[in-house]
Amino acid sequence: MNHYRTQILLCAGGACISSGCESVRDALLREIKANGLESEIEVITTGCMGMCEIGPMMVVSPEGIFYQKVKPEDMADVVREHLVKGCVVERLLYKRADNDELLRFMEDIPFFKLQKKIVLRNCGKINPEKIEEYIAVGGYEALGKALTSMTPEQVIEEVLTSGLRGRGGAGFPTGLKWKFTAKESADQKYVLCNADEGDPGAFMDRSQLEGDPHSIIEAMAIAGYAIGASKGYVYVRAEYPLAIQRLSNALDQARAKGLLGENIFNSDFSFDLQIRMGAGAFVCGEETALMRSIEGYRGEPRPKPPFPAQKGLFEKPTVLNNVETYANIPYIIMHGGAEFAKIGSGKSTGTKVFALAGHVNNSGLVEVPMGITLREIVYDIGGGIRGGKDFKAVQIGGPSGGCIPKEYLDTPVTYETLPTLGAIMGSGGLIVMNEDACMVDVARYFMDFIQDESCGKCTPCRIGTKIMLDLLNKITHGEGTEQDLEQLEFLAGQIGKSALCGLGQTAPNPVLSTLRYFRHEYVEHIKDKHCRSKVCRSMLRYTIDAAACKGCGLCKKACPADAISGERKAPHSIAADKCIRCGACMEACPFTAIEVK
Amino acid sequence: MSCDCCGKKEKALEKLMKLEPKKTTELVAFIDSLPLGNDIDANRGCLIETLHRAQTIFGYLPAEVQQLVSERLKITRSEIYGVISFYSYFTDKPIGRHKINVCCGTACFVKGATRIVDEFKSKLGIKEGETTPDKKFFLGVLRCVGACSLAPVVMVDDHVYGKVTPEMVSTILADYQD
Ligand SMILES: Cc1cc2nc3c(=O)[nH]c(=O)nc-3n(C[C@H](O)[C@H](O)[C@H](O)COP(=O)(O)O)c2cc1C
Ligand code: SF4
Ligand code: FES
Repeated sequence: MNHYRTQILLCAGGACISSGCESVRDALLREIKANGLESEIEVITTGCMGMCEIGPMMVVSPEGIFYQKVKPEDMADVVREHLVKGCVVERLLYKRADNDELLRFMEDIPFFKLQKKIVLRNCGKINPEKIEEYIAVGGYEALGKALTSMTPEQVIEEVLTSGLRGRGGAGFPTGLKWKFTAKESADQKYVLCNADEGDPGAFMDRSQLEGDPHSIIEAMAIAGYAIGASKGYVYVRAEYPLAIQRLSNALDQARAKGLLGENIFNSDFSFDLQIRMGAGAFVCGEETALMRSIEGYRGEPRPKPPFPAQKGLFEKPTVLNNVETYANIPYIIMHGGAEFAKIGSGKSTGTKVFALAGHVNNSGLVEVPMGITLREIVYDIGGGIRGGKDFKAVQIGGPSGGCIPKEYLDTPVTYETLPTLGAIMGSGGLIVMNEDACMVDVARYFMDFIQDESCGKCTPCRIGTKIMLDLLNKITHGEGTEQDLEQLEFLAGQIGKSALCGLGQTAPNPVLSTLRYFRHEYVEHIKDKHCRSKVCRSMLRYTIDAAACKGCGLCKKACPADAISGERKAPHSIAADKCIRCGACMEACPFTAIEVK
Repeated sequence: MSCDCCGKKEKALEKLMKLEPKKTTELVAFIDSLPLGNDIDANRGCLIETLHRAQTIFGYLPAEVQQLVSERLKITRSEIYGVISFYSYFTDKPIGRHKINVCCGTACFVKGATRIVDEFKSKLGIKEGETTPDKKFFLGVLRCVGACSLAPVVMVDDHVYGKVTPEMVSTILADYQD
């Protein structure tokens, strides 16, 4: 094997690919070759390093110098200055936003400093396309340990001790789920992985599969050993082609090395996995619907019980866990459940990965110990609100979750505290919103999503969410009444109690939480016909400031509705009844004489 | 929908072979590689995968393709149609050569995805879910492509554009001059 003097880790996560990391890699390889350094320097493309905002990014080891926002043109300097002469290229270093200090190492950047990586331990550190790299960092040791020195009961006992709870949303103790399924006797059992990642604003599972696919394969094999299953499926959403490709490549490599297949590690345990693709249905993230979908049917949920532990896929006992849940398993087996349980807070042990996005300075993928406060996530890691605006709320838990306002930023993030605020831990979507977000419109957005994704099997969800959406549309169009609010609350309660599956049961949450903390915004929309964030277009009033207007006529030309009148060189005016509130005049006016309220 | 499944066996194959010999051969080769048998429940497990492949090959799922899949997997046309209509990824209508998908996930939504959708609509003169009359562009929306840090995001075929502004829409369209 070749020993390289330097390794360069180049992030090839989803966001960095979009930011052009592939041409950076090509340029880098070209420069290395031009300088005759091929035998000394190795370039490794990795999964997501996390700080997607400043990609493409790279780490030059052994020193660990971190370069950000790199472009193909920068590679000549990286090679000639850094690799040949040993001088750090300062202009590519990360600059602290608050004091302009240049930071050389990833660990010094506040965004990374406060994180604790268990799930994402290998993401951004190894090449996800090479099983050798996973093995070199201790991969598949946990599977070996489980198979050669532990009984299935001992494996389950470790997972129980760890206190690990499902990261897919509901937070059910993983060890218990395994124990229930292990207890059943059947000729065939199944291990499933939920990689449907339905929350529309979340990409944790995607990054995990793209950045460290073997960790999931290893964990699923351990689960198979624990419950007595020899077959499994990973259900991945079709929108993630790269994740599917990397996972299937990883499966081939694991089979070739005998880590999947017959008699793994010379034990009598045999296990293999297949990938199943989703096809764009959010409800397929629900466990019973997911199993129907793997079977090849329309993915409609069914009532429980029977629970999957008794009757799951093809009516056989089945364990289904989320991607992130599985990613914790090898750590638990290697370090012990008790060690894992030390991390976190109370009954929420371990870490949680969040996809931090929205109006925050540093968006990206973060992994934090449970019990950290929202303020630490948004301000210390996320670097606060972009563009000096005011924080309004953070949306956590996606369409089943809620919006948490400023007053509760110091709440610790745990499975117990979030529900008291009307939100849920959810799968990890964390969207920060500033004053520009209209909370009524946000509620309408999620209801629109749910309404679109309702499978239609049960009436409360199919019809109830439609009525709720109509009411919210009415309010955002300035036609709402106070009775509408009562009706919304009434329906929310009814749907929550009577819908068949989790999708319908939690659908009212975004509405309820915004009503709880931002009722005044609803009231303003209804009573004053006013949207303080200027989002709800039908409530906007465009007017021309006569003092600033020079009568140039540009706005008149730009208006598609002929709503503007006025003589040349005299102040113009807008006819409110004709105005369609498109804002074209505002863009056209060179004197910023057009105001919107 | 008209039903043409009562005729001679493999009629769909003949018809398809005449229309699209290359694509049809590719699909048949894929289906032949599947572990199919007389157990319909086992075949059904391959249905969604087959439809994915068929849609990748043909761009959509025309009636003849559904018929062919039905014959090979021994699953009724009505059930196949039920599956196609349930999953939003599948379509039985031909769509434009380039698929524009504006992300309307939460992160993109709070960063102004609606304005991007509006701009595409007005530039192309079509609504979401429609194809331009020259069959060049299809305009759709989807939820979260996993690049939330770059919101708002637009995907054209497999290419992701990040931090899109309404002004960028015409330059994006200009990238597809074929
Ligand atoms: C409508 C709906 C959508 C869901 N979507 C997902 C999803 O995308 N990913 C996921 O892991 N769990 C999702 N879940 C939760 C799963 O049903 C299930 O609880 C979870 O996958 C179990 O794994 P865990 O115990 O490891 O969390 C969803 C649930 C519902 C009701
Ligand atoms: S609650 Fe909604 S998604 Fe769930 S079964 Fe009923 S209609 Fe379908
Ligand atoms: S919300 Fe648009 S990429 Fe995630």
